[in-house]
Amino acid sequence: MMDVTLPPRLKRIGNKLNGPNTLGNSRAFWAAFAVGMIVMAAYPLVRGSYAAGQFSLFLAYGLLALSLSLIWGYTGILSFGQVAFFGIAGYTYAIVSLNLGGAFGQTVALPVAIAAATLSAFVLGYFMFYGGVQDVYVAILTLVVTLVLETFMAQTAGSEWSIGTVALGGFNGIPGIRNFALGVEGASISLSGSGFYWFVLGVLLLAYLGARVLVNSKYGYALVAIREDAERTAMLGYNVKRVKLAVFTLSGALAGFGGVLYATWGNYMDPSVFSLVFATIPIVWVTLGGRESLLGAIVGTMIIERLRLWFSVNASEFAIVFVGVILMTTVLLVPRGILPGIKDGYVFFSEHGIREGIEHGRVTIQTRIQAWLGSLGIGQSDTETPPSSEVVRE
Amino acid sequence: MTSGFGATGLLTPLFIGDVLGGLDSIGVPVTQLLQMADSIAFIILAAIGLTIIFGMMGVINLAHGEFIMMGAYITTLSVNVAGLPLPVAMILGALGTAIFGAIVERTIVRRLYGRLLDSMIVTFGLGLILTQGTRIIFGNSLQSIGTPFGNVPGYTYSAYRVLLLFAAIAVLGGAYLVFTRTEFGIQARATIQDAETARSMGVDTDRMYTVTFAIGSGLAGLTGALYAPSATIVPGMGQSFLVESFVTVVTGGSTVLLGTTLAGGVLGTIDAVFSNLYGNFIGQIALLLTAIIVIRLLPDGLTGLAHTIRDKLGERQ
Repeated sequence: MMDVTLPPRLKRIGNKLNGPNTLGNSRAFWAAFAVGMIVMAAYPLVRGSYAAGQFSLFLAYGLLALSLSLIWGYTGILSFGQVAFFGIAGYTYAIVSLNLGGAFGQTVALPVAIAAATLSAFVLGYFMFYGGVQDVYVAILTLVVTLVLETFMAQTAGSEWSIGTVALGGFNGIPGIRNFALGVEGASISLSGSGFYWFVLGVLLLAYLGARVLVNSKYGYALVAIREDAERTAMLGYNVKRVKLAVFTLSGALAGFGGVLYATWGNYMDPSVFSLVFATIPIVWVTLGGRESLLGAIVGTMIIERLRLWFSVNASEFAIVFVGVILMTTVLLVPRGILPGIKDGYVFFSEHGIREGIEHGRVTIQTRIQAWLGSLGIGQSDTETPPSSEVVRE
Repeated sequence: MTSGFGATGLLTPLFIGDVLGGLDSIGVPVTQLLQMADSIAFIILAAIGLTIIFGMMGVINLAHGEFIMMGAYITTLSVNVAGLPLPVAMILGALGTAIFGAIVERTIVRRLYGRLLDSMIVTFGLGLILTQGTRIIFGNSLQSIGTPFGNVPGYTYSAYRVLLLFAAIAVLGGAYLVFTRTEFGIQARATIQDAETARSMGVDTDRMYTVTFAIGSGLAGLTGALYAPSATIVPGMGQSFLVESFVTVVTGGSTVLLGTTLAGGVLGTIDAVFSNLYGNFIGQIALLLTAIIVIRLLPDGLTGLAHTIRDKLGERQ
């Protein structure tokens, strides 16, 4: 009954959006996605402008998560530095918009800030990838860069650390950043509350769809090929360094856009965006949601941030412990993340029926527990290298 | 290792005072040298546990800073609460951290061999839990136990910090002996090179991994113990070692002890010079830039360079 033929143009767009590198490609997925989007769009109407304003932070974080999913989940480069680009863009936006002033200043600040993040990503990426830095070294270097930025911004309290009229403010950061606005004097729109929420939702939607198109294109295949085997990809004639640099730069730009939205959301920037804890948080989102799933990264962000909000109100000192526990348990128990896990379960049950599925699950859990006991030295000592997380996708 | 440094501690004030006075009178910049010794010691000690675990097992332990913190906490608490003498407390700090490391390897790290990035993330999660758990249990800081030995005679520079250079050398030497001259070291290196063959020769490879990880953790704990008297004891103190230790791993390259020694020397000198002239932050920036330049020019790090030079010299002879 759903078998209505789509008009050719829509079908062409659909072909670009769907492919082997994204989890949901079926009609059912897109129907559920549309329902989800309608619910998200209706959120401010149901919960009011204030709640929507609060929630729009999570959506802005979604861009950061998306950028990490692209670089880490699809290309296999673990970057702790996404928050660095996020923060650089936020700071740049603050400095430029406050110096120029007015809605026009903010309109100029937006591209400048994203350009600053993009350029930083390009420079760092150039030195790393063309310098032959790989694997863990990339993770270490990006982390070190982020921590050094934190040290730098934290010591800018003195009045000599001013750019134009804006003092960088050390630990206290830069206050007084205005709400997101576009336009020139007299003909501008300023966004807050529900308006800001819808804007960020739209940006995130476009970014998500754009990322889908990217990963399902020839370029996306190259990314995944690099993740699976960089050497073989190079043998096949791909310029691995250039592809890595390009996707790193792009993800820097995405993170930068998120950083601008963050700055206008909270109306301040401070060095905590470069801190060790904040650098970890995107890793947690993406790990939980499923790093090889763009939607998973965003869903993971919403879940973790909602829970972190609950913790910060009810048991603030346990928030970080909770983050650490989530990180460890996800990697150890659901290495691919929850969304791919759900998808696997759905595919399995629909193919094998419920009874067989439950039986299979029981056997799997049994072997897992036995292997775990074995690794502790209880029972048989079968401690081969654990099976890799690679699972052939449909 | 620790007892050796204790013995030097008794002799040094007289010995060092004479030597330094002599040097200063002939125009040697003693203060800068002291600073350099301090920096080199800091970098070597900050990195040693991390590099052993990474070099031997290919696992980056992102909870490294927290292991250092743990060593410092055990030491400080042993002195403050149990009233133990400092050297005993330091040994306890190293041992306690080693045991904790063994437990972590058995329960967590073991399941992630071959999944390098995953093991990084899990240890990162562990680090967060350790930092915040310590904060919840022990509060925001511990009372410091105070630095022994006072200043270097004739200078306003903590003698203890300078003595740590000898501790660093002792640790490096000890690790070298353990990994090259003992049965365990040979078996451990065999396991790292080819686990399959080592197993078929009767080596208990599981145990080798556990013990190697425990040694790396114990050395991190020892670093914490050694810095406990002169550092501020706070739950986040491990973070102050992170930048230095990671930069050292990156710069040092694949041969663990040689890499740490060379990188410690080079980076320590750079850090001392830049920190002295422009402050701590510029020192860190200089380290970072050095690491980036070293990687850009020498893909195999400083040890790669050392091997190339050795090969060239070999050809010439």
